[in-house]
Amino acid sequence: MMSGLYDLIDIILPFQWASHMFMKNALLAVLLVTPLFGLLGTMVVNNRMAFFSDALGHGTFTGIAIGAIVGLVNPVYAAVIFSVVFAVIITLIKNFSRESTDTIIGVFSSLAIALGLAIMSFGGSFNKYSSYLIGDLLSITSKEIAVLAIVFAAVILIWILLFNKLLLTAVNTALAASRGVKTLALDLLFTSMVAVVVTIAIKWVGLLLINSLLVLPAAAARNAAKNVRTFTLFSVLTALFSGLAGLVISYYLNIATGATIVLISGVIFMISLIFRRR
Amino acid sequence: MANNNSQPYVGFSCSGLCCTKIEGFSVTVGRTKILDDVNIHIHCGELTAIIGPNGAGKSTLLKAILGDVKHTGELKFLDEKGLRTGNPLIGYVPQHLNFDTNTPLSVMDLFNACNSGAPVWLFKTKKSRERVRQSLAIAKAEHLVDKKLGNLSGGELQRVLLCLALDPRPDLLLLDEPVSGIDPKGLELFYGIVSDLRKKYDLSIILVSHDLNLVKEHADRVILLNGKVLEIGTPEEVLNSEAFNELFRLSNYCKRNDSDNGEEVPQS
Repeated sequence: MMSGLYDLIDIILPFQWASHMFMKNALLAVLLVTPLFGLLGTMVVNNRMAFFSDALGHGTFTGIAIGAIVGLVNPVYAAVIFSVVFAVIITLIKNFSRESTDTIIGVFSSLAIALGLAIMSFGGSFNKYSSYLIGDLLSITSKEIAVLAIVFAAVILIWILLFNKLLLTAVNTALAASRGVKTLALDLLFTSMVAVVVTIAIKWVGLLLINSLLVLPAAAARNAAKNVRTFTLFSVLTALFSGLAGLVISYYLNIATGATIVLISGVIFMISLIFRRR
Repeated sequence: MANNNSQPYVGFSCSGLCCTKIEGFSVTVGRTKILDDVNIHIHCGELTAIIGPNGAGKSTLLKAILGDVKHTGELKFLDEKGLRTGNPLIGYVPQHLNFDTNTPLSVMDLFNACNSGAPVWLFKTKKSRERVRQSLAIAKAEHLVDKKLGNLSGGELQRVLLCLALDPRPDLLLLDEPVSGIDPKGLELFYGIVSDLRKKYDLSIILVSHDLNLVKEHADRVILLNGKVLEIGTPEEVLNSEAFNELFRLSNYCKRNDSDNGEEVPQS
């Protein structure tokens, strides 16, 4: 299955950059991850959750630290569990507290990152984990791509089944409730979904940039779109294009892939400002 | 206690008419009791207006009826033939929507998100477009079908939301301060449409309002709410009651649009 895909890449892309195994893997990862970020990003931007998703990244970082301490072979699995729990807790507090949401998220976000850094630096072993800060897309393995494919399929399925309800909840929770939507359950599902995708991707994109990948394509698409369909389409295309272009450019210029991808979507965002309709 | 329900009833019958009963609604958030034992009995075809000072729990009552706010007490509904009881189908027009004006969300997207199983990010059909146009025709808003929600004026948005609340036709229509931030002409138009609908479709309507003049003109019954029900009766009865005088005259209440909803006209 995988070798068939690799052969296919060789046929379609007979370029030097695509001849390396790590670039083939990175290419597949980009094809799977960036559309997800484009999709989820539309809802993050609609819900004004940019700060929230940033905090989720911090929670993930702590999860990885905990996973490493517990001694799991692959700390990402521990991180997935931790960041989902983290996302659920923030969402519940956000729903049941009358305090300003920003403050709560800020508190949790800082606590998470501090805890993560404290654990990781314990015994002076921080350098081992610095790759989670910056990310390394070229380190991805074929096994990880299989996991990614499963997550991809799950998110698309949820997006098909529940998008309308998610959208309604974003517009007005009481209005959604009048239509029989279980708003809290949906909220929890959505934030958990973002948490899982962020956690899986953080190893390749890095904590510092992961939120930009989630927010920038959707923010750019928002400026040019008139309805939900074009919004989603533009966002996914922007994410996909930035991902592919970033991968190739970073290969030839020998710079960090995650950073290149974010820079390109940043440029697209600037261009999109021209199309912004008042 | 302020349980002055004007119509006494035995068990649960509405003397052959369709009706909705709100029984013993209480809402507590944190340690604050926002609503205390609210009892309201509404017949179909009636427009009941809820008035009261800011923070009286008017919006909270509507959200409790919707099930969006945790509450105690029961909501009962009986149709005119006495066949269907249980939860009424509720249409709701919120006070405002929480989205940026720049959000790419068209009127049609909103309708399809409510009434269509197909995910709106994927499909667009001619059929659904026709249906949305028909729904919008109720308030003469067909031309708004492809507009972005953020580009609508306050009055247009309320009319669109009203049409949405009426599709599918509800048993009970809840309107939350639908007139805030709308110019007087749009306000008259909105009340006119609501008034017509009530007669045409035999709807039960609960309207949270700040405009006492329009309440006087259009409401069948008025409820004065301040944490609990202080008065229920015809507009004349309630607006001339002692409780009303105490609450409104002394607190220097402006007749229209008090401070909690002064600036809600979306920029366009």
